[in-house]
Amino acid sequence: MGLGAYVAVSAALFGLGIVTIISRRNIIYILMGIEMILNAANINFVAFNRFGLTEAGSLEGKMFAVFTIILAAAEAAVALAIVLNVFHLFDSIKPSEADLLRE
Amino acid sequence: MLGLLEFDPSIDFKLLLAVLLIPLIGYVLQIFLRDKLPRGDWILTGGMGIVALITVFLAAKAIAATTAGEEFFHASSDVGMQFGWFYSDLETPAVNVIAGILYDPLGAIMLAVVGVVSFCVHLFSQGYMRGDKRYAIFFANLSLFTFAMLGLVLSDNILFLFIFWEIMGLMSYLLIGHFGHDPSQPFFHRWATWASKKAFLTTRVGDCCLFIGIFMFWDQFQTLSFTGLWEAGRAAVEANGGEFPAWMTTAGLFVFGGTVGKSAQFPLHIWLPDAMAGPTPVSAMIHAATMVAAGVFLLGRMFPLLSPEVLTVVALTGSFTALFAATIGMTAFDLKAVLAWSTVSQLGFMVAAVGLGHVTAGMYHMVTHAFFKGCLFLAAGSVIHGCHHVQDMRLMGGLRRKLPVTYICMLVCTLAIAGFPLFSGFYSKDQILLAGWASVGDIDHFGGTALFALIALPVAAMMTAFYMLRLIFITFHGEYRGNMQEHMYSEMIASEGVEGPDPNEHGPGEHGDDSHATHEPHEDPFRKNSMTQALVILAVMAVPGVAWVVHTWVGGLISIHTLYPSGIADWIGAKVPEGIFDPDSHMAHVAHGRALYLSLFVACTGILGAFYLYVMRRDLPAKITAGLGILYTTCRRRYYIDEIATACVINPCVKLAVILKWIDEKIVDGLVLLVGRVNKLAGFLSAWFDRMFVDGAVNAVAHVSQAFGAAFRLLQTGRIQQYATFAVGGGLLTAAWLILS
Repeated sequence: MGLGAYVAVSAALFGLGIVTIISRRNIIYILMGIEMILNAANINFVAFNRFGLTEAGSLEGKMFAVFTIILAAAEAAVALAIVLNVFHLFDSIKPSEADLLRE
Repeated sequence: MLGLLEFDPSIDFKLLLAVLLIPLIGYVLQIFLRDKLPRGDWILTGGMGIVALITVFLAAKAIAATTAGEEFFHASSDVGMQFGWFYSDLETPAVNVIAGILYDPLGAIMLAVVGVVSFCVHLFSQGYMRGDKRYAIFFANLSLFTFAMLGLVLSDNILFLFIFWEIMGLMSYLLIGHFGHDPSQPFFHRWATWASKKAFLTTRVGDCCLFIGIFMFWDQFQTLSFTGLWEAGRAAVEANGGEFPAWMTTAGLFVFGGTVGKSAQFPLHIWLPDAMAGPTPVSAMIHAATMVAAGVFLLGRMFPLLSPEVLTVVALTGSFTALFAATIGMTAFDLKAVLAWSTVSQLGFMVAAVGLGHVTAGMYHMVTHAFFKGCLFLAAGSVIHGCHHVQDMRLMGGLRRKLPVTYICMLVCTLAIAGFPLFSGFYSKDQILLAGWASVGDIDHFGGTALFALIALPVAAMMTAFYMLRLIFITFHGEYRGNMQEHMYSEMIASEGVEGPDPNEHGPGEHGDDSHATHEPHEDPFRKNSMTQALVILAVMAVPGVAWVVHTWVGGLISIHTLYPSGIADWIGAKVPEGIFDPDSHMAHVAHGRALYLSLFVACTGILGAFYLYVMRRDLPAKITAGLGILYTTCRRRYYIDEIATACVINPCVKLAVILKWIDEKIVDGLVLLVGRVNKLAGFLSAWFDRMFVDGAVNAVAHVSQAFGAAFRLLQTGRIQQYATFAVGGGLLTAAWLILS
């Protein structure tokens, strides 16, 4: 199996994440979409580290993936807090209801 | 005693200034404080009393000086009292008018006449005008009128004489039009308005002439003071070889034009008979002391500058006016109209006397005339007042028992104006006839003119005696006709074919307290204090004895040697007939004797004629007038002069005004309107351009911004998912573009 398969999976995952973010009517799903995109990026990091132009046995791509997982965890925590506040403010977690950015 | 009667410039010029200022201050007080002063009329009358006393006192000084043979010429500039107008200290100033007071024998006697007559008129007006709506204004105007005449007499230069002359014109306009403010009396309202306008505009013609004359003299002589003009005139004549330069004849005729207007000489006499539309005291003022006297006074002042040609014109005009006005006077039935025409006639005598070279006779007649004509008018006012403002003599009659004091005063003055021996008018008229005889004898100087004057003047004098006594007999003798039935009166008026005031219409305003139950004539004892006393003061001057004293004094005061400085007097002596100024010459004796018999003859003929026609044979006048037919009607209608003037002067002026109005409205206004319309059109275009293009561009920017804003606002939904969609879409498109290119 070559690089193309990994990149294909990553692209599919990214596409699903994008579609999730755009189309779902619930903020939780949007967060899930974001996680999927982050994971698509992780797959790319790892795959390019294995098949890319880097030296054999180097850890740069894997380290980036680990950082991203930690970042995603932190992001999830912050995002869930925001979701709670949004729910308090709008009595709803539908993204279409929270349109204060227009102001 | 003599010390008291010596002229002291340091004090007496101040007195003369006071004479001028008292009526002026009185006028100002009365105009501004008329409601606050309890009796403003008494302040003015008292002021005039003081003025009369001062003027008589100073005239006494003049008489004392001239009787002693001294030359009596006092100019206030000698003692530094003068007023510089356009004054500059340059050596040869362009215009340099210095006004001051000239007090000479002519001024002295005229000033005394004005002072005394004005005082009497003021006194009389207090009774006559009581109850008038504009009583205070009337007194104020009367006072300023007097001021103007006093100023005119005292002026030492002809420009200030002209200024006062014009003030007098204005005041006569205001006073004649006094009843023009009371629309409740339609006839008098219309009449007064019309008459005041007529007087003002007619005299204006003369004033224009005078103004031109003044500036012709100024142009040649560069001086306006009388003494300067006389000297310059003599120098100019001597430089011209003893003949008057031609321009002086022209200038003299222009100056005489001023006299023709102001002193009501033919053909500008038309204003004076209508001036009786004013209150009677005003008529007394205009006819006696002020206004008409000013013209004759001007002739006296300018006499040395009038060339023989001018004097010929003056003599002809005066004689013709005297005769012409006398014929109209014989046919008038309005009490005041008879007196008005007699004034025109007497002014003709004065002017003729000046024209014949006897300037002192003219001035002397002016003095005596002022007193008796003032008295006659005041007496007429008393009669009119007593008869409840009826003016038609045919509605009077038999008044001598009801108005005894008025009757006696009027009779005395009538005998004076008729030239009855020993009354005042006799002396002055006698001198005028003397001038005529003397001039006829000196055929080189005057020739036919003197002959015409010598025929016209005695005939006019005879007519004067006739119509004045006619007035007395109709008004005061016979039976009282005031109760004549109205329809009879109307028929009588209609048969005349002459418009007159409606007899049922009372005099306006004058008689505010018309509470008398009966319409019997009366001489109100309550008013005796002011009205009749004024009459008596004036009448006394005409009484024999007093008249003789006055004659002696005034005769000494105004002779050719006293009227002008000695150098001028000698020079004038050459241009007038021998015998006028030299009482000892053979000619003087001959002329004097003839004049005496002639004046005696004409006075007695006239008086007897009137007595025969109006006392003995009362049926005759109607027959005579019927027999005269058109001749009588022509006289009665004043020779149609008013109609001729209307047709020849007034109507063309009105037509010209109509044409000019048309030009003004159609062409001048049309051009202005056209310019306006063009501008308006340009404005519209400019405004349209402004709105369409300038405003349009600004608005277009705003509209475009607005449209873009509206479009882009649609994108700003605030929905995160939509933003994400755009971001992803944009990214995809960019990627697609990058890949495809």
